[in-house]
Parts: sequence; structure tokens; C-alpha cells
Amino acid sequence: MKHEIVEKNIGLMIVLIVVAISFGGLAQVIPLFWQAETTEPIEGLKPLGAIALEGRDIYIKEGCHVCHTQMVRPFRAETERYGHYSVAGEHVYEHPFLWGSKRTGPDLARVGGRYSDDWHMAHLYNPRDVVPESNMPGFSWLFENTLTGEDTAAKMTALRIVGVPYTDEDIANAAVPFASGEVTEVDALVVYLQQLGTLLTRKR
Amino acid sequence: MSTFWSIWIIVITAVTIAGCTWLLFATRKIEVSSEDIKDGEAPKTGHVYDGIEEYDNPLPTWWFNMYLGTVIFGVVYLVLYPGMGSYAGVLGWTQTGQWQEEVDAAEEKYAPVYAQYADMPVEELIANPDAIKMGRRLFNNNCSVCHGSDGRGSYGFPNLADSNWLYGGSAADIKASITHGRQGAMPAWSAVIGEEGVDNVAEYVFNISGREHDAAKSEKGAQVYTTYCAACHGADGTGMAAIGAPNLTDGVWLYGGSPSLVRHSIRNGRNGDMPAQADKLKAEKIHLLAGYVYNLSKNQ
Repeated sequence: MKHEIVEKNIGLMIVLIVVAISFGGLAQVIPLFWQAETTEPIEGLKPLGAIALEGRDIYIKEGCHVCHTQMVRPFRAETERYGHYSVAGEHVYEHPFLWGSKRTGPDLARVGGRYSDDWHMAHLYNPRDVVPESNMPGFSWLFENTLTGEDTAAKMTALRIVGVPYTDEDIANAAVPFASGEVTEVDALVVYLQQLGTLLTRKR
Repeated sequence: MSTFWSIWIIVITAVTIAGCTWLLFATRKIEVSSEDIKDGEAPKTGHVYDGIEEYDNPLPTWWFNMYLGTVIFGVVYLVLYPGMGSYAGVLGWTQTGQWQEEVDAAEEKYAPVYAQYADMPVEELIANPDAIKMGRRLFNNNCSVCHGSDGRGSYGFPNLADSNWLYGGSAADIKASITHGRQGAMPAWSAVIGEEGVDNVAEYVFNISGREHDAAKSEKGAQVYTTYCAACHGADGTGMAAIGAPNLTDGVWLYGGSPSLVRHSIRNGRNGDMPAQADKLKAEKIHLLAGYVYNLSKNQ
């Protein structure tokens, strides 16, 4: 039959496979690029400041997203533990998003303001000092490495190209907060963690 | 969702389902007609792989029906649930609606349980074992991460199970601490009083807390203390609960009492921070937590 034509022309087969599998994406993914719910920031959402932006990169560098999600699903069991469920508008400035897919540790989408800075420092240095049963590794080297902020402006410029509204002023002053030379990686990470999910609140 | 995107999704979805169904029927072979059988052999597809040939038989009926079943399931699903553009589905199901139902059901169940304690003064809660049990569970979920599962705190996190309080230990004070949080702010003094000043005032602090000290340094430290420290920690060093300035004479050291740690506190300051729970936990839960913490200190 005619499928012999497809089977014997690998180029044609590739084209037809792409066409076949693209229907799902066309219906499920493409329309989201034009929905207000998924493309517009929620009220009060601002691009991360210079230190928080560097902190986010440390979060990525240390692989925090491998064990921690940032996605509170709309189930009571989750909103009772973490607070308001996550909405798409909270993540429009994230490139890439850090929703994660596995919870070895708890969800961090709303960890901001939940613990004190001191607690985060103690916990990141050695989690078992504050949570005896924790199996999270300690990140002691974050306390020694300092940040120069030399790449922060470039990162902001790159993010601006994909739609994060950094101003020229933000980019020009990107290295200023690091000028003292005393901003450690853990400082930046804690600044990042402390702002996570603080825009939406719900009493548990 | 705009009409355009709604139609876009509906058309693609409908075409895909219809297309799959068409493909299924269009390529279906019902049976092998007797004419095709030659020499007792069913017809072959003509494919040959290393001498192995393939019969051109119809699909097994169970396989065909299962395929058909998935198509029917898809259609029924799209009628009942949202999926076709902005069509909401016969059931009117939404993700947040389901969540709201869950929350409402739980509220109905648990609200009366909390309500029975809401009007009971914190001082009376400690006589009620059920209230304390609920308080303990809330404490373990929300507070133990810093203050420890036994409430005895650790380095930098206050012990709640003793009679020593930074911000006052009355029921009202405890409830205010949980509700609004507490922000301690001891400034760093090294730039103001210098390393010698730090050393001297540390000796003075050891003196007033009844510990071994260097008398000469302590005497110098007393002047520094009066100038810079007495405003918060009090002339006699017994602290000030209103701003959480600790009592320096009672031998309780939140940040460690060794000479080097005390000097570190003076040199670099300390900023203890208890996060406010008012916009995180419901008032009736905070009420029970206050009862539990009050109970910890009363029944130590």
C-alpha cells in the first residue's frame, strides 16, 4: 500500500511525524501564549533585584529544584501546609521556571517570610542543627564564596530580551549591591528565598 | 479565553479525534476473503525481513474495540469536563471549585472544634487537655522548626519552656509575639566602642551576671555600659521586655555565654527575628498556640 512511500522516505516520515505530534501542542500549548492568566504578572510582581537574582542562580547551581518544588497545587492538603495555591501570573518573569517535579524536601513556593534569615543561615549551614530528622545536605561553602556581581547586568539584559521589565537604571546599578565585596552566596540565596511567594497570602 | 482561541482549540481537538477515528476505520481490514487465500495460505503484506514474511490479517477485535473505547472516552470526557475551548463542560467542574469544596467541607468539620476554645481565655486553656493537645500539634507543624519539638529552642532560638522571657511571658504577651512577630535589634558596637571597649564591657556584663571577671576591665566597661547599653538593657542590666532587650544578669544566654560569643554579640550585634503569624495562621490557631506555649512555661 501507500505507506511504503512513507516508510521508504525517511525525510517525509520525519515531516509527517512532526505534523502528527504537533496537534497536541497546537491545541494545548500555543493558546497559552495569548492568555492573560498565563502571560500577565499578578499585582505587585516585580523583577528580582540584583542580589535575589544572583541568589536564584545559586538555587539553580546547587540543584535545589531537584529536591524542592515551587508549585503549591490547589489541594487542601497543600494549601493547609504551604498557603495559597500557586498561580501562573506569579511566574511570568521566571526564565526558566523552577517548579520542579519531585519533593524530597518541602515545597518552597511560599517559604518567603516564613522563617527568619538567621534560621535559613543555620539551616543551610547544617540542616540538622535546626531540623534533627532532615536529610538535606549542608551547603557550608556558600558561606565562604563571595559574589562580585560582575555578570548581574548581563543576566538582567538577557532576561529583558525575553520580556522581564528591567529598566536601564536596574541594569546600570546591577553591581552596586555587591560593591562591599562581602555579599556571600548564602546571603544572596537567603534574599531570594525570603521573597518567594510573598505576594499571595492565605491564612492556614 | 477569546473566541478565536476557543474555536482554534475546538477545531483542532475535533479534527484530531475525527481524524483518528477515520484512520481507524479507513485502514481497517474486516476479514480475509476466501479469494485471497491461495494454496491454503493467507495473503501476505509483501514485507520481507531476513526471509521472514508478514501475514496481512485483520486487527484483533479486542484491539480494535479498545482503540474505539479510547475515542469514546475522549468524547464523553470533553462533554463532561472543560476542554473544548471556553466550553465549561456539563459538570461545571473547575480546579479551584474542587479545592473550594474541599476547604469548605473541612471548615464545616473543624470550625466548631476551634470555636469551642476561641472565647476561652488563654489562661484557662492550660487546664484543658484537649486544647493543649491541639496546640501541641499546631506547634509541631508550625513552630518546632525553630523552637524545637520540645519548645526548648536552640542557639539563637529562644527556649519557650522556661520562665525566662524576652518580650514578657503573660498570656497576652505570648499571643502578641506569635501574632505580630518580634524583631530584636541589637546594633553592632565594634565601630563605636572599639575592640577594647568590647572587651571591657563584656567583663562588666560577666560582673553583673555574677561570673568570673577582670575587675579593672569591668570598671572601665561600666562607663561604656552606662553610655551605650543601659538605654536598652537597663541601668541594672535586667533588660527591657518592651523591646526584647534581654536580662544580662540571669545567666541565660540566647547566643551563647562563652566569653568569645558574648564579645561577638557586642561586636556585631544580634537581630533575632520571630516572623509574624497574623497573615499566615488563622486567629483561632494562634489562640491555641498561645495556650500551648503558655502551658509549656507554666508546667515546666
